Amino acid sequence: MKKSYKIDVDCANCANKMEDAAKKTTGVKNAAVNFMTLKMRVEFEEGQDAGVVMQEVVKNCKKVDDDCEIFL
Amino acid sequence: MNKKQKKMLARIVLSALLMIALQFVPVDGVSRFLLYLVPYILVGYDILIKAVKGIKNKQVFDENFLMAVATLGAMALAVSDNGDYTEAIAVMLFYQTGEWFQGYAVGKSRRNISELMDIRPDYANIEQDGQFMRVDPDEVAVGTVIFVQPGEKVPLDGVVVEGCSTLNTSALTGESVPRDISQGEEIISGCINMTGLLKIRTTKEFEESTVSKILDLVENASSRKSRSEAFISRFARVYTPIVCYSALALAVLPPLVRMYFWGLPPVWGEWVYRALTFLVISCPCALVISIPLSFFAGIGGASRAGVLIKGSNYLETLAKTQSIVFDKTGTLTEGVFEVNAIHHNVIDDKKLLEYAALAESASSHPISKSLRKAYGKVVDRGRVTNIQEVGGNGVIALVDGVQVAAGNAKLMKRLHISYIDCHQVGTIVHMAVNGVYAGHIVIADIVKPASKPAIAALRREGVRSVVMLTGDSYKVANQVAVSLGMDAVYAELLPADKVKKVEELLLKKASGSTLAFVGDGINDAPVLSRADIGIAMGAMGSDAAIEAADVVLMDDDPMKISTAVRIARKCMAIVHENIVFSIGIKVVCLVLGALGLANMWLAIFADVGVMILAVFNAMRALFVRKYTEQSGVDQQKNVSLRSA
Repeated sequence: MKKSYKIDVDCANCANKMEDAAKKTTGVKNAAVNFMTLKMRVEFEEGQDAGVVMQEVVKNCKKVDDDCEIFL
Repeated sequence: MNKKQKKMLARIVLSALLMIALQFVPVDGVSRFLLYLVPYILVGYDILIKAVKGIKNKQVFDENFLMAVATLGAMALAVSDNGDYTEAIAVMLFYQTGEWFQGYAVGKSRRNISELMDIRPDYANIEQDGQFMRVDPDEVAVGTVIFVQPGEKVPLDGVVVEGCSTLNTSALTGESVPRDISQGEEIISGCINMTGLLKIRTTKEFEESTVSKILDLVENASSRKSRSEAFISRFARVYTPIVCYSALALAVLPPLVRMYFWGLPPVWGEWVYRALTFLVISCPCALVISIPLSFFAGIGGASRAGVLIKGSNYLETLAKTQSIVFDKTGTLTEGVFEVNAIHHNVIDDKKLLEYAALAESASSHPISKSLRKAYGKVVDRGRVTNIQEVGGNGVIALVDGVQVAAGNAKLMKRLHISYIDCHQVGTIVHMAVNGVYAGHIVIADIVKPASKPAIAALRREGVRSVVMLTGDSYKVANQVAVSLGMDAVYAELLPADKVKKVEELLLKKASGSTLAFVGDGINDAPVLSRADIGIAMGAMGSDAAIEAADVVLMDDDPMKISTAVRIARKCMAIVHENIVFSIGIKVVCLVLGALGLANMWLAIFADVGVMILAVFNAMRALFVRKYTEQSGVDQQKNVSLRSA
């Protein structure tokens, strides 16, 4: 399952950091952050609840870049 | 400017004014420190907070940390030393100004690009109970008739059932010449209807429509990272800690050496200052910001020119292209059959075509279609009688009471009419009028007018070898290849043979260079994915090809290939410039800082200045010059002038 989220992030490098953080979150198969369109595309692992996983993704992203925002 | 940026700007201006005002306030000691603390906190509080949070989250070494340590250190030195707090404040001010500027520039370019890529249709008009209704394009089922008024975007792919109009396809293809469309023709979503009302029967759901596919491609372009980007993230990961420890060493080791080995006074203040300067200079902002930004601008600029690049890694590969392999049909040629020539005719060309078109009027064979197209007028079937189809040979009919025979050599033999063979390749329609040979019509797939200049343009871009692969016969292939000036041609290939040929060519290419394959998508998908970089032409081509390709050209103009290569080369040049420039300046300044030749003012100028220049340079990738046949020569001049 893939889902796309709108995000807000200040710099391209922070976007990369967010992407790494999202990828490392359990339940996330793959993640891609597009700085250009301010979107995060998350591919979830089978049988994962997107809502729950995304809470963790937000938490992890906030850790690497305090300013970032993910609009769930 | 958004709210965040306005607030930041206000903080910067206020803090700067405060700092200047404080120059004229004659206070000393603790009150001086406290007064100067106000502009410092005002401009830098968020950096300090972020640095603390970073430490808490075990993400210690980032630019916030560097700035916090450097400015706090400078404050501490000022307390113990000369009471000159302006330096710390100025460093923070400049840093924040740089950040602000960068945010502003990125926001602006993002808006530019998204405006250009603003092809998402918001609604579709349908008729319900005799009334126009606006509905979400998502909800329109296949086969529904939708209405598109002048000035509106076509929301879904379909076929025009009524009306004719002109379409603006520039958002999709980068092509500014409007395209005419009329009843019965296929229409793709994302175009803008310019002149007349169109009634369209949809053939695809919104998710499957061209416009959705394109948006999907563009939005996911950054998920594939280039080697340069990967290099930068790796670089930043090792660089920041190295710099931090070096700075620590610079602050501690020289004074200790002076004290214990040389018996000199340690001058701690001086070395701590040097270390702090070193920290400020070292901030890797210019690099980590400008490299992704260059790619982002490059992909944006390309999509504006009608070239969709699926990721920055492909931009990198494309820039190294030195061999290009073309598929023939549909790529270099139109892929449709047209009357190419008329030979040995005894009557007028037009008259002959008229006879041919009329005689073949009952047939739906592609050859008859191209004859009718060449004739150009409406065929009056009433003038044709006694139509007699001779299976596999041709047709004999009475046109205006005159007996006309149109067909291949077998038909002529059958009618015992002597005919003249054609030296040209293609399908030959021999004609006989009243039992007398009247010449023949050559019908062939014609080479696109843009193919030859496109190949010339590619050679100007430094492409060394241009090869053509085709499933067509040797005769046809050779003719096309010679007329276009190909380096090599391989004909009569089955799709699987094409893959093998490309693999052979991949082995032969020079190391470090890449091989691109260009196809229109029909049967090309395996080859597209096998080549270093697959370029699919015409977004209206097959979906499988677009899936397999790395670069998609929105229309089928071969000229776009050189545009794509040029954009990629320019973008990579900018990336390399920025890497060399940023790291170069940094290294020079770091050495100057360590030697004590640079103060913190120079340091912050070096940091912010380099970043601003690098960002400006990155934005250049967004601008793509239109490449036309005429301007090709001028541009070459420009290039040579510049390099001179």
